[in-house]
Amino acid sequence: MYIPSLFTRKGPRVLLIQIKDDACDFCGCCVGVCPEDAIELQEARITLIEDRCTNCAKCVWVCPFEALIFLKPGAGVLPEAGK
Amino acid sequence: MSPVWDVIIVGAGPAGSTLARTVAAAGYSVLMLEKDRDIGMPVRCGEAVSDTSLRELVDVDPRWIASTIRRFRLIAPDGNMVEPDLGGHGYVLERRIFDYDLARLASEAGAVVRTKSYVDALVPGEDGFAGVRVKGNNGATIERARIIVGADGVESRVGRWAGLRTETRLRDMECCAQMTLSNIPVEDDACDFYFGQSVAPMGYLWVFPKGRNTANVGLGISGMAAKKRSPLSYLQDFVARTYPQAGILTTVAGGVPCAATLESVVSRNVVLVGDAAHQVNPVSGGGITSGMRAARLAGEAVIAALRENSPQRLGDYQRQWDKGYGAKHRMYYRIKEAVHGYSDETLNRIAAGVLALKPEKRTIWGVFRVALTRNPALIWDMVRVFGLTSFDDDA
Ligand SMILES: Cc1cc2nc3c(=O)[nH]c(=O)nc-3n(C[C@H](O)[C@H](O)[C@H](O)COP(=O)(O)OP(=O)(O)OC[C@H]3O[C@@H](n4cnc5c(N)ncnc54)[C@H](O)[C@@H]3O)c2cc1C
Ligand code: SF4
Ligand code: SF4
Repeated sequence: MYIPSLFTRKGPRVLLIQIKDDACDFCGCCVGVCPEDAIELQEARITLIEDRCTNCAKCVWVCPFEALIFLKPGAGVLPEAGK
Repeated sequence: MSPVWDVIIVGAGPAGSTLARTVAAAGYSVLMLEKDRDIGMPVRCGEAVSDTSLRELVDVDPRWIASTIRRFRLIAPDGNMVEPDLGGHGYVLERRIFDYDLARLASEAGAVVRTKSYVDALVPGEDGFAGVRVKGNNGATIERARIIVGADGVESRVGRWAGLRTETRLRDMECCAQMTLSNIPVEDDACDFYFGQSVAPMGYLWVFPKGRNTANVGLGISGMAAKKRSPLSYLQDFVARTYPQAGILTTVAGGVPCAATLESVVSRNVVLVGDAAHQVNPVSGGGITSGMRAARLAGEAVIAALRENSPQRLGDYQRQWDKGYGAKHRMYYRIKEAVHGYSDETLNRIAAGVLALKPEKRTIWGVFRVALTRNPALIWDMVRVFGLTSFDDDA
C-alpha cells in the first residue's frame, strides 16, 4: 500500500491520491492520462512521483478497477490506509 | 563503452516488433526492450482484426487464429439487432501467440530482443538523444542508439521525455475492462457489439468469440463516463445478467487512446508508433493493424535516415501517415464524437430504421446509400466504420 505524504514541494496537499496495489492491474490507463508524467509503472509495480503530481485526479477517474482513490487529509481515512 | 545501436525500440507490442523486423531485415542493428517478462502477456485486447489489413502486413499463421468472423451484429439498447453484410471476414486472434511470434520474427531478422528491461529515461545527446536508461535486475544501464523509437503503448512516456505532449485527454481515453468467459453460448463466426447508456456509455461492449464456448467479453467507456462509474462494475453487471453460468478465465483492465493521431509523431531522433502515437481507429478502438502499418512506414523512414545519416528523413513518416491514415482517423474521430452523444432513443430509432429495409439491402453500402437519402444521421457512418474499417481499414 502506497501512502503519499501530506506535503508536496509546492505546499500542502489538498487532495491525496492513493494507489491500492492489490486492486491495480498495471494496465497503464492512468499513466496515459496523467498530464504531469507523475506515475511510474513497471511490470507489476506502480508508484506515484509525488513531486510532480498536482492532484488533478484524472488518474483516479480513468482507472477501470478503482485502484486509485482520493484521500482527503483530515477526513479520517489515513489510519485505515495503513492496514 | 557499450556499442551504439542503430535503433532502440521501447516496447515489444505489434508496433514495436513490426518496426524491429523491418529495420533489422535491412541490415541495421536493432535492440528491442520490453519491460514485461513475457511478450504477449497479459492480453489486454479484444483481439479482433480484419483479414485484409492483417494479410497486407504479415503472412498469417493459422496458430494465431482463435476464430474466423463472418458476421457483425450491432445490438441497440432496446435489444433490436442489426446485422449488416460484412463483405469480408476477420479473425479473433490469440494475441499471446501473435505478439510472441511477431517478436520471434523480428529476432530472426536480426533484432536483439530483451524482456524484463524497463526503460525509465532518455539520455540527452548532442543532437537529440544519445540513448535510453534501462532498469534491469542488476540496476540501471545505459544503451546508446542513433534513433530511438517509442512503441510503448497506451502508457507511453518516451514521447514526453522527448518533449512531445502525448498524454491522452480524459474524454478520449476509453477505459476498458474485459473478461474471457467460458461455458457461454456464443456463435463462433459472429462479433457482437452492444450500445447504450446503461451498457457502455460513450463506448460499447463487445463479445468476440474464441471458440469452444469461450469469448472475450469487454467494454470501453470514455474517461468522462468512467469518472461516474467504473468500467469493471458495468461489465460485472452485464455478465451477471447475460451469462450467469459463465466461468471467468481472465479479468483485465486496459486503456485505448481513442484520439486523433498526435500532431507530431517525430521529435529530433525520436519516433513514436502505435498506441504511443495515438494511431488507433478512434471509432472502433482497433489498434493492432493500424499500429503495425504505421510501424512499417516508420521503419522505412528509419532505414532512409540511417542510410543517409540524416534524421530529417524521419519526417517522411510523419508526412505519409498524416496524408493517409492520419487524415482518415481525424474523420473517424469526428464520427466518434457525434456517436458518443447519441441517446438510447436515437440509437433505437436508427436500428429500427435499418431493420425496416429489405434484408438484401442490408449490405453496408446499401444501408449507407439509403441512409444518406433518408436520414443523414451519423449512425450510418458508424455502421460503415464498424462494418468496413475495423475489418477493412482501407475502405
Ligand atoms: C481492452 C482492450 C481491447 C482491445 N481490443 C482491440 C481489438 O479487438 N482489435 C484491435 O485491433 N485493437 C484492440 N485494442 C487495441 C490494441 O490492443 C492496441 O492498439 C495495440 O496493442 C497497440 O499496439 P502497440 O504495439 O502500439 O502497443 P502495445 O501492444 O500496448 O505494446 C506496448 C509495449 O510496450 C511495453 N512498454 C511500455 N512502457 C515501457 C517501458 N518504459 N520500457 C519497456 N517496455 C515498455 C509494454 O509492456 C507493452 O508490451 C484493444 C485494447 C484494449 C485495452
Ligand atoms: S492526480 Fe493528476 S498529476 Fe497526480 S498522478 Fe494523477 S493524473 Fe497525474
Ligand atoms: S489505471 Fe488503475 S489498474 Fe490501471 S495501472 Fe492505473 S491504477 Fe492500475
